Amino acid sequence: MADYAVPEIQADIKTPALAVGTMAHLTPYPAVEKHMVPLGFPDQRVSNWQEKGIEKLGEMLKKYRSLQVYMDICVKCGACADKCHYYLGTRDAHNMPVQRAELMRSVYRRYFTPAGKLLPGVVRAHDFDEEMLNKWITYFHQCSQCRRCSVFCPYGIDTAEITMAAREIMDAIGVGHKYSTEIICKVHDVGNNLGIPKPALQGTLAFLESDILENSGHEVRLPLDEEGAEVLLVAPSADFFSEPHIQSLMGYAKVFHQAGIRYTISSVAAEAANFGMFIGSFDQKQKIAKRIADEARALKVKRIVVGECGHAWRVAYSFWNTLNGPFDFLDPRYPVPQHICEFTHQLIQRGALTLDKEANDDYVVTMHDSCNVARASRMGEKPGGQFEIPRDLIRASCHHFVEMHPETTHEKTFCCGGGGGTLTDELMDLRIQGAMPRVTALTQVMKQNKVNLMAMVCAICKAQFSKILPMYHIPMETVAGVHQLVSNAVQLGAKKGIV
Amino acid sequence: MLTILAYLVVGIFVVGFIQRIGLYVRSPAPLKIPTTPAPTTTSGVVWRLFTEVAFFNSLFKGDKWAWVGSYAFHGALVLVLIRHLRYFVDPLPHYFAYIQIAGIVAGIAMVGGLGLLFLRRLLIDRVRYISSLADYLWLLLLLGIGTSGLLMQFCFRPDIVHIKAAMMGMWSSSQSLPMVMLGDFIFLAHLLMVAALVVLFPFSKLMHLGGIFFSPTRNQVDNPREQKHVNPWAKY
Ligand code: HEM
Ligand code: SF4
Ligand code: SF4
Repeated sequence: MADYAVPEIQADIKTPALAVGTMAHLTPYPAVEKHMVPLGFPDQRVSNWQEKGIEKLGEMLKKYRSLQVYMDICVKCGACADKCHYYLGTRDAHNMPVQRAELMRSVYRRYFTPAGKLLPGVVRAHDFDEEMLNKWITYFHQCSQCRRCSVFCPYGIDTAEITMAAREIMDAIGVGHKYSTEIICKVHDVGNNLGIPKPALQGTLAFLESDILENSGHEVRLPLDEEGAEVLLVAPSADFFSEPHIQSLMGYAKVFHQAGIRYTISSVAAEAANFGMFIGSFDQKQKIAKRIADEARALKVKRIVVGECGHAWRVAYSFWNTLNGPFDFLDPRYPVPQHICEFTHQLIQRGALTLDKEANDDYVVTMHDSCNVARASRMGEKPGGQFEIPRDLIRASCHHFVEMHPETTHEKTFCCGGGGGTLTDELMDLRIQGAMPRVTALTQVMKQNKVNLMAMVCAICKAQFSKILPMYHIPMETVAGVHQLVSNAVQLGAKKGIV
Repeated sequence: MLTILAYLVVGIFVVGFIQRIGLYVRSPAPLKIPTTPAPTTTSGVVWRLFTEVAFFNSLFKGDKWAWVGSYAFHGALVLVLIRHLRYFVDPLPHYFAYIQIAGIVAGIAMVGGLGLLFLRRLLIDRVRYISSLADYLWLLLLLGIGTSGLLMQFCFRPDIVHIKAAMMGMWSSSQSLPMVMLGDFIFLAHLLMVAALVVLFPFSKLMHLGGIFFSPTRNQVDNPREQKHVNPWAKY
C-alpha cells in the first residue's frame, strides 16, 4: 500500500483556513476508447472541444431548470463554503461547493451573459480554455454529489446538479472518467458493476445457503431467476461478494424466509447501482434502470425490493417512475420500489419477525446516514422516514444504540468520502481526507460511549469505510449493514408466515 | 429628460425580469430532486418556500452571521420600499403615518446589515476568496443608496413636496422635473444609483428574487413513487 497522508483526528470538526490547490494534483484516470464508444461518447477528446463544450453547456441549460437557475442566482454568500467534507478535509479552495460551481459559472458568464461578455474581469468570467478544462477534470471529480451544500444554501443550490452537468459536458467532448465509464460498460455487458457472471453468482448464493444452514440449522434460500416469485430483490452487486455487505444479504434472505414470502434475485439485474447518475446522463440512467423493470416483467413478480445502497435508492425511489414508469404491472398495494428497510420494518410492525436483541449485545451501535438516502429520497409515508425506519430496525435488533453529533447525522450527515464516482484508488488521497468529518464524529462516540459498530445502508459507504477506517486506526469490523444486525437478531423458525 | 430616463429604466427592468423568469418557467425539470426531507404535498411546498423567503430558513442553518446581516438588510429593504410608496401614491392612506417611524429605523438597519455583509466579505478568508469585484460593487451600490437616503432624512432634507409633485407628474403626463431638484446633489445621486440597480438587476445575481421560487430542490413535492413525474424531453 502506498503511503498516504492521513489527517490527525481532532476533538471536533474544525473549519480549516483556506488553502489553494492542495488537491490540484489529484486527477482521475481518463476514460479509454473501449469504454467511451459503447456509451455513445467520442473515442477521444474532440479537436473542436471548446466549441463543442460550450454548445453542450447551452444545450444542458435548456434541458435542466436546475442548472439555468443555479448558474444565475448564487449570491456568493459563502454559507455552503464550509459544508463540504472535501473542503473540510483538504482545505482546497476549489472544494468549497460555491467555488466548485464557479468553475462552470465563470464559463457560463463568459459565453451566456452580457456582463461576462463585456466585463469578464468584474464578474469573474473565464474562457473555456485548457487550464479551465483541467480544473473541471480535477475538481468535478472531487465532488461526491452528496448534496450537503444544498441543505444550507438559501436557494437550495445543489452543487451535485452542477457536477453532473459538468461530467456530461466533458463526456460529450470525449473527456471521461475511466472508473465510471468502465463500470457502466460492465453493467450493460454482464448485468452488474462487478462483472460477476451468472455461474459465479449461482455458486455464491449456494455457498451462502449452506453457510446459513450450517450456522442456524435452517434452510434459508437465496433463489436466482425464479419466475413467478412474489418479490424481485435488487441488491447492489457488492452484497454478493464483499465484506461486510454479504452479511446484510444474509439478513435480507432470513427476513424473506421468516416472512414466508417467495422472492428471487435476477442474474440480469443483480445490481441496484446506477452509475448513470454519477456521470449525469439521463439516457444511461434510463437504460441501466430499464433492465430491472424488464426483469420484473419477465419474472412476473408483484413487487420490487431494493437492497442497501444509497445512490441506488435515490435512483430507484426518485427516478425510476420517471425513467421507466409507470409500474402498473406490479401489485398496487405496495410502493414501487420498496426499500428493504421499509419491507423489514412493516414485517416487524405486523409481528411477523421475532428479534433477539441479545444476539447483538457485544455491540454499541451508531448509525451513519448515507447522503443519497438522507437528502435525496425517503422511506415510509412521512418525510424523515429515511432516518427513522433504519433506526427502528437497529433499535429492534440491539440494546445499545447511540447517535453521533447531531450536526453530522440526518439531513446534515457527512458523506463517507467515496460517493458519486470517487470510489477509485487514484482518488485515495481525496477519499482519506474527505472521510475526516465522519471519522471525527465516530471517534467522539467511540471514546464517550464505547461505540464499536457503525451501521449504514449503503454499499459504497461500506466499501469506503472498510478501506479508510483502518488508515485511521479504527478496525474494519466497525463497519456494518443495518441488515447485518437484523441478521444476527432474527429468530429463525420461531414464528413464520405472516404476510 | 429624467422622465424618459425613468421610463427607460423601468422598461429595461420589466422586460429583462419577465424574460428571465420566462426562461426559468420554460426550462424543464427532468427529474425529481427535492432536497429531503421534503414536503409530500403542494401546500407543504408552499410553506417550505414561504419559510425560505420570509425567514431565510436554510441560511439560518448555514451561517448565523450572514443571516443576521442579510435579514437586517432585506427586512429593512422591504420596509423602506413600502415607505417609498408615499412618494408615488396620492392621496396617502392615513396608516402611512404609522410606518413612518418604522421606515426610518429600517433605513439604519439596512445600512447596518449591508455593512456587516461587507465586513464578512472582507474578513472571512473563504468569503473573500469567492468574491468578485461585482460582489463588492453590489454591496457598495446598495450602501450608497442607503447612506444617501439617510443623509436626506437626517441632514440635508430636499424639498419633499417638490419631489412628490415631480414624481406624480411623471406618471400622469410628460411634464418634466422642475429644475430646483437638480440642485439637490444627494437626491440626484440617490436616484441615479437606484436607476443603476434597477437596470442591472435582471442581468445579475439579484435575480435570486425570482429564481428562489424556481429552485427544484426547494419547490418540488416529494411524491415520485405516488405520481409519475414526466421528463418532457425523455425518449420513452
Ligand atoms: C424574494 C425576495 C428576496 C429574497 C428571499 C432574498 C434572499 C437573499 C438571501 C437569503 C441572501 C443571502 C445572504 C446574503 O449573503 O446576504 C441574499 C443576498 C443578497 N440579496 Fe437578496 N433576497 C431577495 C430580494 C432581494 C432584492 C430585491 C435585492 C436588491 C435590491 C437583493 C439584494 C441582495 C444582495 C445584494 C445580496 C448579496 C449580499 C452579500 O453580498 O452578502 N435581494 N438575498
Ligand atoms: S450558499 Fe448558495 S448562494 Fe450562498 S454561495 Fe453557496 S451556492 Fe451560492
Ligand atoms: S455535493 Fe457534496 S461533495 Fe459536492 S460540493 Fe456539495 S457538499 Fe461537496
